Formats: sequence, C-alpha cells, structure tokens
Amino acid sequence: MAHITLPDGLPGITGPFAFRPETAKPMRALAEFLLRGPNTLSRADREIIATYTSSQNDCHFCQTSHGAAAAHHLGGPSELAGNFALIAEIKRDFESAPISTKLKALLNIAGHVQQGGKRVTTGDIARAREEGATDTEIHDTVLIAAAFCMYNRYVDGLATWAPKEQEAYIPMGARMAHEGYVIAPAQSPALHPEAVTV
Amino acid sequence: MPHIPLPEGVPGPRGPMLFRPEVMPPMSEMAEILMRGPSTLTLAERELIGTYVSAQNDCRYCQTIHGAVAAHYLGATQVQEKLVEQIKCDPFTAPISPKLKALLNIAGHVQQGGKQVTAEDVAEARLHGATDLEIHDTVLIAANFCMMNRYVDGLATWAPDDPDFYRSRAAALAEHGYAGSSARS
Repeated sequence: MAHITLPDGLPGITGPFAFRPETAKPMRALAEFLLRGPNTLSRADREIIATYTSSQNDCHFCQTSHGAAAAHHLGGPSELAGNFALIAEIKRDFESAPISTKLKALLNIAGHVQQGGKRVTTGDIARAREEGATDTEIHDTVLIAAAFCMYNRYVDGLATWAPKEQEAYIPMGARMAHEGYVIAPAQSPALHPEAVTV
Repeated sequence: MPHIPLPEGVPGPRGPMLFRPEVMPPMSEMAEILMRGPSTLTLAERELIGTYVSAQNDCRYCQTIHGAVAAHYLGATQVQEKLVEQIKCDPFTAPISPKLKALLNIAGHVQQGGKQVTAEDVAEARLHGATDLEIHDTVLIAANFCMMNRYVDGLATWAPDDPDFYRSRAAALAEHGYAGSSARS
C-alpha cells in the first residue's frame, strides 16, 4: 500500500503525478526532452541508460517500464523477445553485453552517478571521449542518470503500486516509446490532470 | 575543473544548465514549485530538507547555498547559521519541531534509497501533524536534491569557497527565486 492516499489503479509514477499535477508537468517535460528530444544519442540508448540506473536503484516500475520502452525503440513486435533479453543482459552485466563500446562507457558513467556524483572520475570521462562521446552526450548521460535517481526515489519513496509481471509493461513501454511522456496515453486517465480529482 | 567545458565563473547547476539550456525550464520550474510554491511547509523548512539531503549526499555547493537560503529565511544571523549547521550534522537533537524532525527522517531515508522509507517513518510524521501533501513534497524535495546533487558533482562543477558569496547569493535567491532569467540556483 502506498504511503499516502493516491488515486487507485495508476501504476508507478503516474499515481503521484495525478496526486500533484503541478510538479508532474515539469517532471514529464524533463523526461520528454532527455529521453525523446533531439539528440545524437539514440532514443534506445537513452532509455537503456535510464533502465540501467533504475535497475541499480532497484526500482521495479522504472526499470521494467523503461526497459520495455528501450525494447520497443530497438525494433518491431517480432524482435521484442530478443530485445527484452538484451535489456536483461545489459542490466546484469553491461560490460559483457553485445552493445557498442561507447554505450558501455556511458553506462559506466551512469552507474557511477547512481552511486554518487563524486564517483564519476576523469578516467570515466576520458574513456567515454575515447569511444567518441561528445560533451553534450556526457552531459546528458549524467543528467539522465541523476534524473532517474530522482524518479526512482519518488516511485519507491511513496511505495507506489506497480504491476509485477513483465507482460503488463509491453503496451506501457510502447506508449512511452512512441507517444512519449507529455502526450497522455489514452488508457491512463491520470495522465490528464484535469480529469483527476486530487 | 569540470568534466566538460562549462561557462566560467558560474557556480553549481547553473553552469551545466547554461551549457544545455533546454533543461533549464523544467528543472527551474520544479525547484520553484517545490521550494517556493504555495505550501503548508514554510520556505525555511523546505530549504532545510534540501540542505540536509545535500549534506547527506556530500554535495558542497548545494548544502552551502541552500543552507544559506534557509538561514536567510530564518533571520540571517550567526545564530541561524549555526542552527543550520547543527541540523546538517544531527537534526534529531537540534531545537526544531518534532514534525520537521520526522520529515527530515523521511528525507534522509529517501536519500539512502526510496525503499528505505518505512510505514513507521510516515506514521511518525503523521503523528506530528504532517499531511499527505507535506509527506509527498518531502519525498519529492529529497528525491529532487538527489538529482541536483548528482548533476552538480557528477559534472564536477565549480563551487566558490567564500562564505559571503553564498550569503549574498542566498539573499538574491530568496528575492527572485529559482525560475526566470535572474534565477541562480
């Protein structure tokens, strides 16, 4: 049960978003820009950084939903199972996963941000630069990881409800990937603050 | 030296936000609503929550500037500056309300990780009069500072040493807030 009274049946962050629409608006806008805005990092790579950070923070809702969004970005329905397997492998040990050396270097930075800002070393940054990362890509990696240290704590710090099984996250991930974080998925009334009585 | 080239002489998160101006509006708006928007928590209480979390995250810039803002709201004397220091070191023996202690306890657990917040932490806050909205905002302020602290330190941004810098910046923040072109967070 959630620590405060949240609207029923809204999974994860959508409960507190409906409870407090004033703060939901900039939080959604930040996610939209970081994960889907114009960027030289692919949307899949950015969702993978978010998923990995959420997994390090042990946040079930965020790692499963963003993992599903990443899986959708990586390919169509016939490739979903393989993409979910790749995401699971990245969460378990990204250094040995079949992903680019540049993404590995960025995940290494994200993992250190998760532990604490000061854990990011000049060596971590140099490694990312050697693999071709730009200053903006390094900035965005740090901020995506930092932002998920916020979202994860928001979701778990209020003990929000979330579906356990991965199947529930497949349509959710598709909406996140293709419709985004600001335009409300029709299935979820909470994402229209005006439709929710707080 | 910052990990990426940032505008010189700009302390804390404002450097990277100038480097990537698209992120400034949502991040500033979030700070403005949480720290200065309509709330039954006082301005000083909210700044103390941000200061305490930043201290727990060992973020020098954030704990110093938000501590200075809290002291500014409380009266801006050395007595209040000492109180802020005491709250950072041990809020539970500091001369503050039991309600604020209970909220700082929640914030400290959020800093450790969302799952560290227990039903008992929340019950204790309720016992001292905290509402659902106040508990929500405490959790989100603490979570937000876990982002800002990592943003500031994860990019190795510049933080001035001079305590007077923080005092005058705090006065400006108290007057102008975190949103808008004059905001300096």
